[in-house]
This record gives sequence, structure tokens and C-alpha cells, in this order.
Amino acid sequence: MATQIAHKVVTTEAPWVRYTLTGLALVLISFMLIIPLFSVFFEALHQGWGLYQAALVESDALAAIQLTLIVAAIALPLNLTFGVAAAWAIAKFEFKGKSLLITLIDLPFAVSPVVAGLIYVLLFGAQGWWGEWLAEHNIKVIFAVPGIVLATVFVTFPFVARELIPLMQAQGSDEEQAALVLGATGWQTFWYVTLPNIKWGLLYGVILANARAMGEFGAVSVVSGHIRGMTNTVPLHVEILYNEYNFVGAFACASILALLALLTLAIKSYIEWRTEQQAIADRRSATQA
Amino acid sequence: MSKFKQIVLAISLSGFSAFSWADTTLLNVSYDVMRDFYKDYNPVFQKYYEAKYKDKLSIQQSHGGSSKQARSVIDGLEADVVTMNQSTDIDAIVEKGRQINLGWEKKYADEAAPFSSMQVLIVRKGNPKGIKDWADLIKPNVQVVVPNPKTSGNGRYTFLAAWGAALKQNGGNEAKAREFTRAVFANVPLLDAGGRAATTTFMQRQMGDVLVTFENEAEMIAREFGRGNFEVVYPSVSIDADLPVAVVDKVVDKRGTRKVADEYLRYLWSPEGQEVAAQNYLRPRNAAVAAKYAKQFPPIKLFGVAEFGGMKAAQKKFFDDGAIYDQISAEIAKKR
Repeated sequence: MATQIAHKVVTTEAPWVRYTLTGLALVLISFMLIIPLFSVFFEALHQGWGLYQAALVESDALAAIQLTLIVAAIALPLNLTFGVAAAWAIAKFEFKGKSLLITLIDLPFAVSPVVAGLIYVLLFGAQGWWGEWLAEHNIKVIFAVPGIVLATVFVTFPFVARELIPLMQAQGSDEEQAALVLGATGWQTFWYVTLPNIKWGLLYGVILANARAMGEFGAVSVVSGHIRGMTNTVPLHVEILYNEYNFVGAFACASILALLALLTLAIKSYIEWRTEQQAIADRRSATQA
Repeated sequence: MSKFKQIVLAISLSGFSAFSWADTTLLNVSYDVMRDFYKDYNPVFQKYYEAKYKDKLSIQQSHGGSSKQARSVIDGLEADVVTMNQSTDIDAIVEKGRQINLGWEKKYADEAAPFSSMQVLIVRKGNPKGIKDWADLIKPNVQVVVPNPKTSGNGRYTFLAAWGAALKQNGGNEAKAREFTRAVFANVPLLDAGGRAATTTFMQRQMGDVLVTFENEAEMIAREFGRGNFEVVYPSVSIDADLPVAVVDKVVDKRGTRKVADEYLRYLWSPEGQEVAAQNYLRPRNAAVAAKYAKQFPPIKLFGVAEFGGMKAAQKKFFDDGAIYDQISAEIAKKR
């Protein structure tokens, strides 16, 4: 939120303290964030644009990019639907077991991604609970696309719901109640009242979930099987190329992920700016009314 | 909206095209440093296979640490063949997953290991620390780079090589061998998880004075980092690292690929397959090929894991939890 207070010095520390602290923070940020980010692009490009391009159009790299996009394209709609449904239920209704549901939604944040992957190996692996049945019916879950999707859905599960719950709670259910009193159906209420109110928060959650879905390493690594050109996502492909001393290839693929991160940041900032504009507009209309 | 649907359809179709196949396929699950060999071997075999059977064959590959890969096969990764760097990884699949039948090592010649490698010492250009043999690794100012024997076959072979060399030096005195091996590992500043990571530590990060790794890995280093940047030192005696292969019975029976999987492995012993091995600095079994490439394989006195009663016995004696390697690590940690 932009503060409305005019420029007023609120700190009382001596200028040199302030400058030293700011300087330290800047040095830290450049060492921890900016230089590594720069180095990814430097390593990817310092042997020439041609090699960089060749590394990206190589068939295994293309397959990895394709798989990453497919996984995100499946995982995101799932998370979108369930995230909105969960947030809606939690924010607008009172029911038994609500806090348990909130805890469950947070679980993927608390569990290490490697453990998340292992959970699916224990369930669907050949030695796992359902392994034998799956093998008899010739259904492949882990070491195939479904397993990768499952692991990705698991780790990205909280993003949409976590983003929406506080937003919806803050908005309360007055508008929905008004709509219902005026004769709207539940679906109409959601579509014309709730959704417009949460659309920016929703988009924000989806963007974050997308970044995580495309960048996830640990959980996916456990269930992937690392078959080249088939079950390697971009992050896994980066590791394998690096281990094969193919540094240009590894950093070229890494630069794709870095670009995605930068794009995510840009969209995120835009959405934050829009939300702020909307909040200001809301406040203005509220004071005028 | 229809445009959106078209895009979704296009994406999903292109996705399926990547995962469906018309030809015969084979999945070879291997360990990371073998990629270079199979990259050369697969086209040679494919050409042979297509000429013989008039059928297209596509070969899928999966790479990672040897034991991790074995674990994936146990958990259901549908490998038609596994090509590992030690027999214990294949034994693990036999015991824990039962996807491979007992007696796999008798199905092919040479205990089902089509070629072998050995542990060599890689030192910096000009050999500034004057490292000539195992005994030089325990000098106080020498830093040794070795992957962790607990997690990598490469590290296990190095441990056994040092132990065996010390045994030979001291007329079979186990206590002396233990002391020597401990001294070697006391000179290891950090243990990487796998052979590739150890190479990166030594060559990329320039840590340590000597890297102990497979002979064929030395050739990879030469290709990647340039021949002038290091020297290979052959110790007076080293360990013969057999690199075993096996057909995964359960998978090939289910997929109906036994014949092609068997042929894929059998062809490794053919003169053509052995030649590709020699070109990748893997010591061939075929006498004619060995003679042709004799120059790049200096004759070294070798001992096998048979010296320790086989890899399984060695695993139990040295590398299981609480066994000799763990005891030695604890002693080193205490001294520091």
C-alpha cells in the first residue's frame, strides 16, 4: 500500500549509520541475487549465440521444455479449481474441521519436496502399496508423466488457496449475502460477485504456482526416472547436462528458467500495482458514497 | 474460446506424440558417466539391428548415480536392460525388486561385464607433489579428491584399491591396510556424492592435488578440460573394476522385448562393440581389440574384487552401516 504521509524523516540515526546499513544490504543483494542471475546468462552466452541456440533446440532439451509446459498446463487448472473451492469454503462458511483443512492445505509447504516425491513412490512404486495392482493393469504412474504431475500438484497445492483465503476473509461475505437476498443463485453469486473481487489475487496465486510448477526439482526428481527426452523436466535436464560437463547446455536451459522467473516477477509487480489501483479506487468510491 | 481450445488441443497432442512410439523401444538404465560410451554404442547397434531385422529400434536412456538408478528400477522404472558400475547394484534389484532373476552374471561371458576400468591417479600438470603411487597419497601435504564410498561405486573402488594395494605391500597384514586406508581418507578434504561431482571439484573448482577415479573418466576429463591441464599417473597396482550388465527379466517378459534386449547386451562383446569401448577408454575383453589399442592401456598389475570375496562380501565388510569405512570415518573425525 502506498503511504499517504508526505516525506518526513522518521529515523533518528546518524546519516553514516543509515548509509552503511543500506550499502551493506545492497552489497548482500548483489552478491546473493544479482551476480548469480547475471552469471547464468553469462555462462549460457559467453561461448556465442550459436551454441546457445543449438543447446536449446537439441531434441532432449525441447522434450524437457515441452514436458515442463505440459505438466504446468495440467497442474495449474487443478490447483486453480481446488484452490478457489477451498478458499471459498474456508473464507465464507463456518464448518467443523475448518482448521484441520487449513493445516492440510499448508502441509506441502512444511514437507520437504523430496519427501513429497517419496510419498508417491511408496504408494505407486513397484514395491509400493498399489504397485502390484497398477502393474497388473499396466498403468504407469511414477517414472511417467502422471507421477510428475502428481508431485507438481502436491508442491504447488497451497499457492492459490493461501493467496485467496486472507483476501476473501478481509472482504467478508456481505456482498454475497446481498446478492443472495436479491435472488441470485449460488453460481451467479460466485461468478458476478466473488470472482471479480478476487481476480487479481487469484492471478497472483496462479503466477506463483506456475513458477514453482516449472521450477520444481526435488519432488519431480524422485518420481521422474530421468529418461532422456521423455521424463526429464527442464530443472532435471539442467542437472544432467551439468553433470555431463555440458556447461553451455546446462546454463542455456537454466537461463530459460531464469527468464521465466523474471517474467513472473514482472507480471507479479504489474498485478500488485493493479491491486493497489483497485484498492485506491475502492476507497475513493467508498468515501464518495 | 475456440482459439484457446485449439491451442490446448495442439499442446496436448504434441505432448502425446512425445510419449507414443511406433517402433521397438528399449530403455537402458545406466549410471551417469556411461552416457558417453552408450552415445557412441547405440547408433552402432541400431545400424546392426536395423540391417538384420529390417525394423526400427529406438533406445531410451536414463542416467544418474549407479545405486540411485538401481533403486528406481526396484521401484518400477521399466528398464529393459541395466548397465551398472558394480554387481551389488544389480544384486539389489535381484533381492529387493525381484525384477532380475538369480544367476544373471552367468548369462554372459566375463561375469556379465563386457569391459572393465580401473582406478588411476589424476594429478595437476607437471605433477608438482610428485605423486607416483598409492603410498604418496598419505603424505601430510597432499589433498586427495574421492567421491563418497557410501554413495558411489567409484568411491568404493578407490577404497578397495587403496586397501588392496596396502595389503600387497605389507604381505596381507589387515591392520596395516586399515591404517593406510585411514591415512588416505584423512587426506580427503570433502567427499562428493558421485564420480562426476568429484571430477568437477578437482577440475572446475581446482581443489586438491590428486583425484582418484576410473581410467575412462580420465579420458572424459581430457576431452572436456583439455589434455594439457592434468596428468594421469598409473599406480604400481590397481583394482579391476568390472562394469556389469543385465537384462531385466520381469520387464522384457512383460513388454516382449527379451530378444532385442538380449541382443543389445550380447553385441557389447562383438568386435564392433569392443572397439567402441576401447575408443571410450574402457578396457576391452576381446584380445584382438585389446592388442589394437594396447598403447592407450598400459599393462598394470590388477587385482579384482574377488580378492575380498566378491563385491557383496566387500560391501558387508567395508561399507555397510557401522562397518570398517564408518569406523575409519569416525576415527578421522575424532582426530580433527
